[in-house]
Amino acid sequence: MREQRTTPAQRPFGFGPGGPMHGVTFQQAKDRRGTVRRLWPYLRSSARELIIVSGLVVITTLLGVLAPYLLGRAIDHCLRQRHIGDLAHIVGLLAMIHIINPVGMYLQSVLMVTVSQRAVRDLRRHLFERLQRLSVSFFDTHAHGDVMSRLTNDVDTVNNALSQGVVQLVGSLLGLTATLVMIFWLHWRLALVTMTMVPLIYAVTGLLGKMTRVAFRARQKDLGALNGLIEETLTGQRVVKAFRREERILADFDEANERLKKAAIRAGIIGGSMGPCMNLTRNLSYAIMVGAGCWMVGRGLATIGLVAAFLEYSGQFMRPLMQIAQVYGMVQGALAGAERVFATMDEAPEPPDEPDAVPLPAVRGEVTFDNVDFAYEPETLVLREVSFHAHAGQTIGLVGPTGAGKTTIINLLTRFYDVANGAIRIDGHDLRGVRRADLRHALAIVPQDPFLFGDTVRENIRYGRLEATDDEVVEAARVANADAFIRHLPEGYDTVLTESGSGLSRGQRQLVAIARAILADPAILILDEATSSVDTRTEAHIQEAMLRVMEGRTSFLIAHRLSTVRHADVILVLDGGRVVESGSHDDLVSAGGLYARLHHSFVTAGA
Amino acid sequence: MRPYRKWALLAPALMVLEVAMDLTQPRLMQTIVDRALPAADMGMTLRLAGIMVLAALLGLVFGVGCGIYANFAGLNFGADLRSALMRRVQSLSFADLDRLETGRLVTRLTNDVEQVQEAAMMVMRILVRAPMTMVGSLIMALITYPRLCWLIVVMSPLFLWTFMYISRRGHDLFLAVQDRLDRVNVVLRENLAGARLVRAYVREDHEEQRFGVANDDLMVRGVAAGRVTATTLPIMVFTLNMGLVAALWLGGWQVYAGEAKLGQLLAFTNYLVQMLFSLMMVGMFVVRLVQADASAERIEQVLSTIPSINDVEDVSTENGVRDRFRRAKTVPDTVFRSVPDTAVSWAAVDFGYRGAQAEPVLRGIDIDVAPGEVLAIVGATGSGKSTLANLVPRFYDVLGGAVCVGGDDVREVSQSELRGRVAIVPQVPSLFSISVADNIRFGRPEASDDEVEAAARLAQAHDFVSAMPEGYATLLEAQGTNLSGGQRQRLAIARAVLCRPEVLVLDDCTSALDAGTEARLLAALAEWDHRCTRLVIAQRLGAIRSADRVAVLEDGVVVGLGPHDQLMESCPTYRDIVWSQTNAPGDADA
Repeated sequence: MREQRTTPAQRPFGFGPGGPMHGVTFQQAKDRRGTVRRLWPYLRSSARELIIVSGLVVITTLLGVLAPYLLGRAIDHCLRQRHIGDLAHIVGLLAMIHIINPVGMYLQSVLMVTVSQRAVRDLRRHLFERLQRLSVSFFDTHAHGDVMSRLTNDVDTVNNALSQGVVQLVGSLLGLTATLVMIFWLHWRLALVTMTMVPLIYAVTGLLGKMTRVAFRARQKDLGALNGLIEETLTGQRVVKAFRREERILADFDEANERLKKAAIRAGIIGGSMGPCMNLTRNLSYAIMVGAGCWMVGRGLATIGLVAAFLEYSGQFMRPLMQIAQVYGMVQGALAGAERVFATMDEAPEPPDEPDAVPLPAVRGEVTFDNVDFAYEPETLVLREVSFHAHAGQTIGLVGPTGAGKTTIINLLTRFYDVANGAIRIDGHDLRGVRRADLRHALAIVPQDPFLFGDTVRENIRYGRLEATDDEVVEAARVANADAFIRHLPEGYDTVLTESGSGLSRGQRQLVAIARAILADPAILILDEATSSVDTRTEAHIQEAMLRVMEGRTSFLIAHRLSTVRHADVILVLDGGRVVESGSHDDLVSAGGLYARLHHSFVTAGA
Repeated sequence: MRPYRKWALLAPALMVLEVAMDLTQPRLMQTIVDRALPAADMGMTLRLAGIMVLAALLGLVFGVGCGIYANFAGLNFGADLRSALMRRVQSLSFADLDRLETGRLVTRLTNDVEQVQEAAMMVMRILVRAPMTMVGSLIMALITYPRLCWLIVVMSPLFLWTFMYISRRGHDLFLAVQDRLDRVNVVLRENLAGARLVRAYVREDHEEQRFGVANDDLMVRGVAAGRVTATTLPIMVFTLNMGLVAALWLGGWQVYAGEAKLGQLLAFTNYLVQMLFSLMMVGMFVVRLVQADASAERIEQVLSTIPSINDVEDVSTENGVRDRFRRAKTVPDTVFRSVPDTAVSWAAVDFGYRGAQAEPVLRGIDIDVAPGEVLAIVGATGSGKSTLANLVPRFYDVLGGAVCVGGDDVREVSQSELRGRVAIVPQVPSLFSISVADNIRFGRPEASDDEVEAAARLAQAHDFVSAMPEGYATLLEAQGTNLSGGQRQRLAIARAVLCRPEVLVLDDCTSALDAGTEARLLAALAEWDHRCTRLVIAQRLGAIRSADRVAVLEDGVVVGLGPHDQLMESCPTYRDIVWSQTNAPGDADA
């Protein structure tokens, strides 16, 4: 993530002399007004700070506008009219302004940093909380990187705009107005001279800005094409090598690279002229002010002190004009970012519990599937008319080829997804009529490839029941046959696992997950047997632990080995989304169906 | 950067001229105020003002010129850097790719290159400009008003101190922010990856709490870092303005006493402002440079990766890069072997992914495959099947023993020739966003349309391709997302078949096909007029039974090798697999 945070598109400023170099690549928010309205609540809690900041902005801006006037007074009044005694006065006033102003600036930025950090903290928290309410299908269908980027990159742009942009924008606008009022009040003729630069600035930023946008859009397109090519090539790099396409790929790449270079140079030159052009307007306005001012002084129309003051005012006048364009781009980017954040927040959450959902009393563990149909995508049914009944405490084995629907049954039982037709009942209660939290408290899953947090082994087990004591954790680990290997870890139960538990073997991860499930002490247990390379010792441990933990619980076992499933009370043989056979091992063998055939080839060949 | 030295030097040279033009402005103003005004010489005033305008225009010309050359140099440099990276990546072996990770490589070639390129341009334009303006202003200030120059001497240390304070304190604080941000990311990533677990154990509130802690911590650090940066500008503005006030006070008295002229004082304050503003600029850009530095380091890391698989004595230096690295790496005591009269042969092969120290993936593999034979490779997930197959086109080098194709040690054949002889259909088919026909033609660009169609027919792809809106000319989306899994697999098979290789490796590439299609495909391959050796990694009984012999792998060791019937008798692992693979793990529909 760290690397992605500074992609050019969301770097807030095109600092370079090129001015709004990146401003042009900002995406625009589709509904600016709506986005602003939704952002507002995040600022409301900082209303006090915002009022203080506004006051500070007004004070510093007005004082800033006063300073050049004082300079002019010093020159005219004290030096030209030789009232040198008043110099101390004026200089003292100036010194005061220049002490107050930095302090005001400091307070402003500190307050805004606090405000913006608080706002984005809340934004992040809300987004995260919304994510917790989303159904599993959201995470199955959305790229995690994309979701992460909402919470980091996009929130970051909001932060930047809030902490720097907004105050700058307001300050610039206010400063511009105040300067305008001041200069016309002081000397309308010189003010008009200052204003002569406005059309030029307008023309330069307008024309050059437009050309820059066009050129940068072209550059962006070529950049996108090249990056697309890079990404596709590298993603398929193995195939490229396997089919000896390196040379041709490089030829394509060179072409795209060259095209980008040309477009980028063009865009860079046009965009890069913005700086010198701005410099030109600055110097021109300086020259014109000096020329015109001194001409007026010569004619007695103005005083030299006023000209000196106006030299400063023209600077003060130009700076906000240039800044506004930059800051505007930044705020635009932030709005687009905020809009994406809100879009994720607007994802439909897991449908809430039915209003009349009842609390599930202590679960005995009776499970009924009643003519259940299910489809992930509307037209393709994954389960068809699945019906079975599991008595409390029974072990149900699920077997069948890939795609037969074994995992789907688990997804429905945990209510990660809702059935399309039919019903699933636990102890006679329809799942849709009970509170989700109660249902899930009654269940525990040991997946094939369990997820572990980058935390200690102890905390990973405790995840099954947060209030469990250390002793209970150890006890659960012992029942799960995990205690022995955990004690052999460098720091025992306090060993911090690397993310997704890659410090442990897959079998060991499953043992930890079994311990976690034991700690949760569910009425219904779901075990997905690991097929992957688990060494034989660990495998024996897992099997033993599984059998132990299944005792006294309704257990669903997705089995990949004949030996594990043969002791199940009921074996459901799934094929193409249907239960094609069901019964005990002996029943199924004597029935002579699919299961029997599989078993037969196994046994006769092995005998 | 070196080839563009001329441009890279021209840019700052023009910059000097631009800055010089800027610096003449206050000087000219001073002349007007001190000489033209008292003499009431309107002509001189206007003439000097005209010169100022002219200087401003010249400044524009020099500035734009500087921009042009900086762009030429910087962007050519960026393009070359990208190209060097791409060439390096093309020469990397699979092991190198595993290590560098595709996602990261993409970032290196895109984002990191941009960062470095922009930094290069920035150095040429801003970081040269600022010090030049500073020194220039200092000199001009000295010339204009030597008596007040000690002011600059007093102010400079304050500025320097601010810089050092910010960069040191700021650096630590920003590191802390980064650290907390990473923490927030970890919590989020875990939450996304463990979404099922969180919901299954109803731990949403717990997760929110966990996130809340990290999130609050990030905010606190963010505020702390923000406070330090918030001091920078005020301190600088304060120092600058105090300098100006002091200049006005002291200069005012001197002007009053007639010891200095008013224009002198005004010009001096102007230079002071210019100087200090450029200082502030430098401060702002240092941060960007630090970022670019990190990018440069990451790029260097890729560029310095020496391809771990190289051709031995081929390279007729048509490719200078490859030649250079041939010498860099050759396993010193490699013993080449040759196993005549075999199509593929693994001779005492040991292999591990991260060199000898890692857990071995394959141990002591000895299999000879006769020309035209079909060998099925079976075993549980992680038993080493794909690894075994990947050694044949030399995607990886063995640690011990040798792999031979057509009797020759794969390390003695050039990679290009070897991969012409061996075609592989990978487990996850990689398709490109070009037309269907071009995807099939990927390994043999010169193949005719008829050949493409024949290959597609053989791979059972012709029917669905013809049903597509533009048939073989239909453009695929990236990774072929507009096709189903089974369709992608069939195109990948057609692509390999079109090459008419000596050895065809099918790495579990029919998993998404329904049984009927798979059977038709197997039959078509069996009747194919091109006689080739096939290595088939398979899960399903159908594919396994169509093979002449089966190799059974368990934990990287061959535990059974022979025809199906024989193995059913002699190999318990095989019997177990036959049963379990037909009831394969069912998480595909999760």
